[in-house]
Amino acid sequence: MKIIKEAIAGTLESSDLLVKVAPSHDDTLEIILSSEVIKQFGQQIRRVVDETLQRLGVTAGSIIIEDKGALDCAIRARVQTAVLRGAACTDLNWEHLS
Amino acid sequence: MNSIEQLSGQQPQLAALRPFAGANAATPYLADPVQKRERKLLGSIEEAIERTGLQDGMTISFHHHFREGDLVINRVVDTLARMGFKNLTLASSSLLSCNAPLIEHIKNGVITQIYTSGMRGKLADAISHGLMEKPVQIHSHGGRVHLLQSGEIKIDVAFLGVPCCDVFGNANGSHGKSRCGSLGYAKVDAQFARQVVLLTDEIVGFPNVPVSISQDRVDYIVKVDEVGDPSRISVGAARVTSNPRELMIARFAADVIEHSGYFKTGFSLQTGSGAASTAATRFLEDRMVRQGITASYALGGITGSIVDLHKKGLIETLVDTQSFDNVAAQSLAESPRHLEVSTNEYANPSSKGTYCDLVDVVILSALEIDTDFNVNVITGSDGVMRGASGGHCDVATAANLTIVVAPLIRSRIPTVVRHVTTVVTPGESIDVLVTDHGIAVNPGRPEVAERLRAAGLPVMSIEALYQRAVGLTGEPQAIEFTERIVGVIRYRDGSVIDVVRQVRE
Repeated sequence: MKIIKEAIAGTLESSDLLVKVAPSHDDTLEIILSSEVIKQFGQQIRRVVDETLQRLGVTAGSIIIEDKGALDCAIRARVQTAVLRGAACTDLNWEHLS
Repeated sequence: MNSIEQLSGQQPQLAALRPFAGANAATPYLADPVQKRERKLLGSIEEAIERTGLQDGMTISFHHHFREGDLVINRVVDTLARMGFKNLTLASSSLLSCNAPLIEHIKNGVITQIYTSGMRGKLADAISHGLMEKPVQIHSHGGRVHLLQSGEIKIDVAFLGVPCCDVFGNANGSHGKSRCGSLGYAKVDAQFARQVVLLTDEIVGFPNVPVSISQDRVDYIVKVDEVGDPSRISVGAARVTSNPRELMIARFAADVIEHSGYFKTGFSLQTGSGAASTAATRFLEDRMVRQGITASYALGGITGSIVDLHKKGLIETLVDTQSFDNVAAQSLAESPRHLEVSTNEYANPSSKGTYCDLVDVVILSALEIDTDFNVNVITGSDGVMRGASGGHCDVATAANLTIVVAPLIRSRIPTVVRHVTTVVTPGESIDVLVTDHGIAVNPGRPEVAERLRAAGLPVMSIEALYQRAVGLTGEPQAIEFTERIVGVIRYRDGSVIDVVRQVRE
């Protein structure tokens, strides 16, 4: 899936996260993660983000995440939504979103 | 030979007696009509500090009745810094987020040692990251009086903000424009300090009644513009909640009380600070009315919702060390059965009698509780100090039924953990944990577990709650600490129950 425009999903409420995606200028994937619980859960959040992007086939783009202590399910959903919006995707492959 | 010489000739042990030297030899101010009345009134904080003879290395103290609205602590320490004082020990009954300006005075050596019940905000953050050479000593409210009694804390000068006092220093917190209610923490400082300076924004006619701090404890009085903003007492830990999850936990806690075996006429209770804890009172009301049960007394931080039950005749007496809102402060002024008590009467283990000894049911909060029921109310899961010991360990061990209320997870942080970051209250003092996902009973209280199960409450093991928490959040990575100790957690008897280490950057 290719990110072709800027898009966001989520909020900055406690237990949520805000995901911003944008197209890459040089065809690389850049992930910037900040989190209130980075010390306790930084690695786990990063793993969930990586897996989610991989399943969506995202290989390039700028992904900026501000996490306010969201659970994995919320992280997955927000990343998916931001990417789908950024890719202007209307034809959903639900199996890849599970 | 005069009669004194004669006397000491016959009785050498009386040689030190002095001859009479005039009616006012010891009380010269009585001869001066102005001095007689106004000898304690001073024009400024600076003048009061000079008159006390405070020196570098001494100990100063404060109370925290105004909580986030306090305007005395920072102002006095600013003044001491301007006057060039160094190496002082600060023994405040507690410190809050509003005390962040103290960081500068620690950096420049004005304050080099701190005793407090707790810390929040930037000050707590800075100390957790190694701001001070000497570790901060964290005590409970009862434990502070024990340390004063044992002589570990010797207060040279107490600076006590009071909402009103007369020219001799008879003070109370139940009247005046900055009314804060009980002066329970301050009464102890007035009793133990070598010298007492009152700061007040209202000097009233003599004698001021009621007397919470008495004239015979007061050295000097300084009139200031404002001692505190009482509207900021119920900010932060003492707030009222409308959060549905906290209300649900509060309702569970009321269910636990109802079916615990202690819900009988004449029972006594305390609700600690923390939203769910104070909210539990609301849910007790209809249970008390329905079953015709009244309580003998409510202890502790008194809130408007506790006062409401008192006014409705459901709680006979309120025993108040800290009024958490203006409703409580007004009740203290008006109700003859709303009693103001010092922390010595409240919870000091070496006092001759404390109200916490006879509490039946207490509801307390927790930042973390582990599978052995040990409770942490000081450090966050990131290892940084952000809370207060308060009366937690005091009442937990004394009460017949000690209930801890907490959400199972806070954002992604589990509250139920394998090992708490810092032990403040030992697990042996905790009987029941109430969360939004279920209730766990200490295995040491099987009869309580049985009663709650029989009432159909969702009782499960604390291990099951722990598994449920990490099932939702994942297993957190351990926080890394350095070897350096930045905080010492003193149990109420003065012993060291744990230490806080500096977080590795």
